[in-house]
Amino acid sequence: MLKDITIGQFFPGTSVIHKMDARVKLLLTAAFIVMLFIADSLRALCVGIAFTLIVYPISGIPIKMMWKSVKPIIPIVIITALLNLFFIRTGNVYWKWKFIKITSEGVDTASFMAIRIICLIIGSSILTYTTSPIDLTDAIERLLSPLKKLKVPVHELAMMMTIALRFIPTLIEETDKIMSAQKARGADIETGGPVKKAKALIPILIPLFVASFRHAEELALAMECRCYHGGEGRTRMKQLHLSWRDLAGTVFVCLFFAGVIVVNHIVK
Amino acid sequence: MAVIKTEGLTYVYGEGTPFRKVAVDHIDLEIEEGEFVGIIGHTGSGKSTLIQHFNGLLKPTEGSVYIDGEKLWDDKAKLRPIRFKVGLVFQYPEYQLFEETVYKDIAFGPKNMGLDDDEIDRRIKETARMVGLKPEMLEKSPFDLSGGQKRRVAIAGVMAMNPKVLILDEPASGLDPKGRERILSMLKDYHKQTGNTVLLVSHSMEDIAKNAQKILVMNKAKLFCYDETVKVFHRSEELRQMGLSVPQITRVFDRLKAMGIGLDDDVYTVKYAAELVLSMLKRREG
Repeated sequence: MLKDITIGQFFPGTSVIHKMDARVKLLLTAAFIVMLFIADSLRALCVGIAFTLIVYPISGIPIKMMWKSVKPIIPIVIITALLNLFFIRTGNVYWKWKFIKITSEGVDTASFMAIRIICLIIGSSILTYTTSPIDLTDAIERLLSPLKKLKVPVHELAMMMTIALRFIPTLIEETDKIMSAQKARGADIETGGPVKKAKALIPILIPLFVASFRHAEELALAMECRCYHGGEGRTRMKQLHLSWRDLAGTVFVCLFFAGVIVVNHIVK
Repeated sequence: MAVIKTEGLTYVYGEGTPFRKVAVDHIDLEIEEGEFVGIIGHTGSGKSTLIQHFNGLLKPTEGSVYIDGEKLWDDKAKLRPIRFKVGLVFQYPEYQLFEETVYKDIAFGPKNMGLDDDEIDRRIKETARMVGLKPEMLEKSPFDLSGGQKRRVAIAGVMAMNPKVLILDEPASGLDPKGRERILSMLKDYHKQTGNTVLLVSHSMEDIAKNAQKILVMNKAKLFCYDETVKVFHRSEELRQMGLSVPQITRVFDRLKAMGIGLDDDVYTVKYAAELVLSMLKRREG
């Protein structure tokens, strides 16, 4: 039951996008997001849609997986669209009933917003689906490394992130075990009002807390035993390399970025 | 009537994913009331998955489980009473302790049963005595106890529900020899005093040989056999092929037999072996 939750949601594959350098992917995703936000009309946004429609099949991620990450934000998309639909009152009136007025501008903005959010989610999901969490934290560490000069503990932050990611499955497993054990003693987690339900969580949360502290202590000890002393002078097992793929990807994104700017100007 | 009965019990992990794995494969089993059953099997043979079906924590993918003649999973509301009837002590049960005091932690199960305070108090005192916890320990925080004591508190927490069937998954693992001995003799006493059914999962053949009347052997998700202890240890060659073993003392007597000193084929406890050797010596003298 708890095991069904996907976290980090990395989907292993062999596509060009999977093989790209995580740093480049991260920057290009950021560029893609900027691209979506500078597009100021539905027409300019079409360039973003085209980009998504081209990149998504290349990534080789099954539709089912993608739907899984889009589904949770559908309510937000609907609410945003409805708010825009009903509260924008300028433009040609399509339909009117009492105080409700649906206008052309309302429809335009609503669909514009909805498409933008969906593209945003698909784009960033492609990043997380094609990049393992470890590569991602590595990339973040590398990209932020100039901040080391400003005494920002970049390596430590990245290490914390890696450890946190590493322990999510462990803690999920632990939670499962504790839940089973307390259920075996007749704990009733499913039924009752909110107060009763919250109270029923105590027998699960306390052992889980104790377990997390125990894991933290053990891990700290194990790291010290292997002479871990922070990031200074550390080499890495996986070297990040730039290749033709990264160049191609960058050129590709730049072209679409330029496309959005051009369309923006032409429409004006 | 069998207290636990399974028919074609099958459980599959991760159905419909690339990680699909059959953990328990078509198991037909009948365990009679009042027995002390040892469950053995290689790591990953499906022991833990099997026992979690007996109190309705896992729902069979196929087949059915009957407790006291009552079929599980027909009515989900009836699962909770089943958990009071079949007490399950997980591996490393001390990690599930959560209350401020030992007393309160042991009370968790009985309280969930809806018993009144006097009855709960009586049961706590009784189980505490049975597992060898001194009365002054009941007011301590469970987190201040030693590993062995914590383990006994956790076991007491399940025993206090007075389940008709008590199932323990490796209750002695990770303890020192003295702690092991203590837990196992406590289980033996519990079985003798209450007459309840006890199922003990263990990797130690010595522990099983000393306590169990019958042994259930799991191999690669299938039930290899369920028979009397003597008969199971008789098949030492097959057990060895499964990566299991027979008690050390049985191995000693097997080698003696190979050397031409055949005393008895069914030696599986040191106590019996000692008697056998002594009587042989006596015969020689006499």
